[in-house]
Amino acid sequence: MIKLENIRKVYSTGKVDVEALRGVNLHIKKGDFVTVIGPSGSGKSTLMHIMGCLDKPTAGRYQLNGQNIQHLNDNQLSELRNREIGFVFQNFNLLPYASAYENVEMPLLFAGVGGKKRKEKVESILKKVGLADRMDHRPNELSGGQKQRVAIARALVNDPNIILADEPTGNLDSTSGREIMELFVSLWEEGHTIVMITHDPRAKDYTEKVVTIIDGLIES
Amino acid sequence: MIIKNVVQILRELRKQKLRTVLTLFGIFWGTTSVILLLSFGMAVKARTSETMHGMGEQICIIWAGRTSISYGGFPKGRNLNFYNGDARYLKDNVPLIGDISPQYTRSLPANVGAKKQSFLVSAVWPEFKEMRNMIPREGSRFISPIDEEKRRRVVFIGNDVEKTMFGNKDAVGKIIYIDGIPFTVVGVLIEKQQDSDYSGRDKDAIYMPTSTYLAIYGDRFINNMVARARDINQTDAMKKAIIAAMAKKYRFSPEDEQALPIWDTTEMDQFLNTFFNGFTIFLGIVGVMTLIVGGIGIANIMYVIVEERTSEIGVKRAIGAKKRLILVHYLIETFVIASVGSISGFLFSLLLIFGINQAPLEDFVGVLKVNPTISIASILIISTITFVAGWGPAKRASNLDPVVAING
Repeated sequence: MIKLENIRKVYSTGKVDVEALRGVNLHIKKGDFVTVIGPSGSGKSTLMHIMGCLDKPTAGRYQLNGQNIQHLNDNQLSELRNREIGFVFQNFNLLPYASAYENVEMPLLFAGVGGKKRKEKVESILKKVGLADRMDHRPNELSGGQKQRVAIARALVNDPNIILADEPTGNLDSTSGREIMELFVSLWEEGHTIVMITHDPRAKDYTEKVVTIIDGLIES
Repeated sequence: MIIKNVVQILRELRKQKLRTVLTLFGIFWGTTSVILLLSFGMAVKARTSETMHGMGEQICIIWAGRTSISYGGFPKGRNLNFYNGDARYLKDNVPLIGDISPQYTRSLPANVGAKKQSFLVSAVWPEFKEMRNMIPREGSRFISPIDEEKRRRVVFIGNDVEKTMFGNKDAVGKIIYIDGIPFTVVGVLIEKQQDSDYSGRDKDAIYMPTSTYLAIYGDRFINNMVARARDINQTDAMKKAIIAAMAKKYRFSPEDEQALPIWDTTEMDQFLNTFFNGFTIFLGIVGVMTLIVGGIGIANIMYVIVEERTSEIGVKRAIGAKKRLILVHYLIETFVIASVGSISGFLFSLLLIFGINQAPLEDFVGVLKVNPTISIASILIISTITFVAGWGPAKRASNLDPVVAING
């Protein structure tokens, strides 16, 4: 599903070149639940951005579903993110003026899904994450855990092949955090592929595979 | 896709009421002030030109004066007079003259039934009508060449004379006694704006044929003459030729500036034309400045919008929005704000103009009119400025690196 081969990423900040990733090799199969842990500055966010097609590697090969990412243009990458990848962010990144329903609907709008189908999908997915009675609430009317559920619903709504979660429990209290982790586990049990970046040590207890990244290299 | 996009934009605009309202108000007010400013300026210009031309356009009024230079054996300080044949003499001897008319003037008592009042009575030729804008009301006429030829006892009266002597009734065809002699009213002056005159306002005067007048009163002297050049660009040459012709006849120096005072209304025209050209340019500059200020405001607001929504743009990009979609999104947003703002501003200015026209300001500023060309141009210009102002930020938004945007 995801195949990273010798991925390097160099950021040029004027005088100094910072090497965030120094040859990462990673293989993720369909149905995997992988946790990437590492100290801050280790390059785990960079890895996440490259896997999410938000950023391109400086060198190396990245295959997603057998497709080579390097040769795609901006439009094709946008479509790929829309169809294949669902993002969940640490600080939720919901649109503040839009209701839970409208936030979840957005990827479908970008994908050009018709009105009736859109409504069905948004409603069923919000029900699935337990927010059937919160559809018309705006983010500021929701708790942290509920916000993250909306974000997860948004990530799921277009049936992506892979869910990328960047510290999804980082801004939550422990109870909400546990609930979110349990939600991820149930999604995994349904067959979703999940890659989660975290430094929450308890996360290991939920996942089957842990990858540690230090100084831009994977330690296994 | 575009329609869904518009739906979403309208939704976002509605949800950010204050910001949208403030931006809209900026454009709304810009449009309103530009349109008002320009209609105001044009109304004042039209008004001034109209009242100034109430007396007549590009005409010369000629009086007999007093010599200030001794000439041909005559001492200076000699009073000159125009004699009966002088208008004819000038017409025959100065080919540059297009129209000319003598004007005899007397204050005479008039009565209709029991109503009695004195009016200024002028005796003139039919040519007087065109030169002095003696426009008859519909269904009536000025003194005709046949009236002049047949010495008819007919008069053309000012609209205020009609009001005073006939009340609200139509005077045409009725009899008015002047100095005890019955005259038939053949024409009434339309209501016209006049802010300059030399012997009272036209609305208060009575006009009759010179032949009739001379048969009754037998005047030897003409009060003054009114002339207009055949080609208005030759007015100066005509004045010189008139002075030369009269100087020859009455033996005064052609250099004598006081012998034949001439009031040339074209001089005032030229001044006003220059003045109003400047005025129009000034208004145009103010208008353009206003629009530019409006445009800067819009650019500023659009910049802030993009700035404060970078993370939102990043999120949208992350969940699959294409660059073009972000660009189109912000452009449509700008377009919606620009068009709603400028069109409502236009409608509001129409309302204001209607209101101002109801107020009793007509004598000062005239009637405000909305010039369609200027209105459309203003709306187009302000929309274009808005669009250009929105383009930069929109382009910037679409080119944001999603990674940077999300973290921002």
